[in-house]
Amino acid sequence: MSEQFEPVIIGFTCNWCSYRAADMAGTARIKYPPNVRLIRLMCSGRLDPTFVLKALSGGADGVLITGCHPGECHYLEQNYKALRRYLLLRRTLAQMGIEPERVKLVWASAAEGVRLAREIGVFVDEVRDLGPLRWPTSLPAVHAEEAKMMEEVAA
Amino acid sequence: MSDNGKPKFAMYWAASCGGCEIAVLNINEKILDVDANFEVVFWPVAMDAKYKDVEAMPDKSITLTLFNGGIRNEENEHLARLLRQKSQILVAFGSCATEGCIPGLANLSSTEQIFAAAYDSVSTVNPDGVRPEYAYDIPEGELYIPAFYPVLKTLDQVVDVDYYMPGCPPESHQIAAVVDLVIKALHGEAELPPKGATIGAGMSTVCDECGRKRHVKKVKKFVRIHEVEEIDPELCLLEQGILCNGPATREGCGALCPSAGAACIGCYGPAQGALDYGARLMTALASVIDSNDPEEIDSILDGIVDPVGSFYRFSLPHSLLRAAKPAWTNGSR
Repeated sequence: MSEQFEPVIIGFTCNWCSYRAADMAGTARIKYPPNVRLIRLMCSGRLDPTFVLKALSGGADGVLITGCHPGECHYLEQNYKALRRYLLLRRTLAQMGIEPERVKLVWASAAEGVRLAREIGVFVDEVRDLGPLRWPTSLPAVHAEEAKMMEEVAA
Repeated sequence: MSDNGKPKFAMYWAASCGGCEIAVLNINEKILDVDANFEVVFWPVAMDAKYKDVEAMPDKSITLTLFNGGIRNEENEHLARLLRQKSQILVAFGSCATEGCIPGLANLSSTEQIFAAAYDSVSTVNPDGVRPEYAYDIPEGELYIPAFYPVLKTLDQVVDVDYYMPGCPPESHQIAAVVDLVIKALHGEAELPPKGATIGAGMSTVCDECGRKRHVKKVKKFVRIHEVEEIDPELCLLEQGILCNGPATREGCGALCPSAGAACIGCYGPAQGALDYGARLMTALASVIDSNDPEEIDSILDGIVDPVGSFYRFSLPHSLLRAAKPAWTNGSR
């Protein structure tokens, strides 16, 4: 396979800033890689680590979390909660054997379409360099493979 | 129904410690109700029975089976499938069967690491470095021991489960209440909860049951319980910087540990509606850290020395990731 690995990335965006930044990038015809699938939340503070774990365990290679710059949260300080969850989650992921770099937090205001597009490009390259995650829970074959191995052991 | 007309009861232990069986016996005189209302057909820890006896039973002939323990090896899975086939109601009983529990922490390590700890560590006398083989030829024939699985699974990852009963072990008064309910249901005096329900526990969190005083939480430093000079007997433990799993853990135990001055470690599993126990706990803990500065937050987080061990002590195999990379890599070699 000589084809370049194209990572699957889930991006969580905040309704008040980064989602609008992405919108703005679109209307301004600024290109960013199609690897990222954006999901809108009302706030980065809505980001439950469950979402990230669900994405990674379901086949994503990376997760991008975006929110308003510190001090600019629409709900006063929920983006700080996102920051703390992100820092805590990275430690947990490292212990599980997942490169913490697969999850990234980026601040982008509604006016920063260019910046968001650039950051998405950078992150896609970073995850591409890390390679596929292919977390076993996302592979339909995992159970079959396991069963096969058991048969081999038993034989 | 058996010859004496009583419904049949079974209890089995897979990868577990035996504490669940003790908890069942701890229901005291209620155990006589179990005997009066059920015929115990299979319960390896309490009575002699052979697997072939179970295999000979008609399908669905056991009314109630309490299955405790995780699925660690081939034998565990065989019995899980067998008892599913023979039982009308199969209950994942205790933390191991529902979530994997302490044996499930082995999902952080590869099989080789686990075997090294079991057969080569300082507490083991094994000068020749012997490792068990699954199949071994002897003059009389072939000896076979059940194969060890690279990743420990919960009961519902192997078979269909009717009810979940959390706890390490489930509290005896909760077991007694469930026994009462099943007996009533058998007599048509009560209805069983919908399939898939968690029984013998509440819906909310341990914090809701905890009698300690709570205020707005602001944690500047996490400490381990032995590092605290004097624990305030009335104040919320988390407010004292002690990592307490109460905010994520299902109620049902009566907040036994926090009342005794020890932090909740989460044996009753995730509160109703939480998909991933550790994620729920991370959400809660990140919210109470009193800092907005990334460097300071990091130094506060240094106080949580073992994140996975703290957040997934009882629930790793049932979490979204289920096992760490070394265990998986080993599994798909």
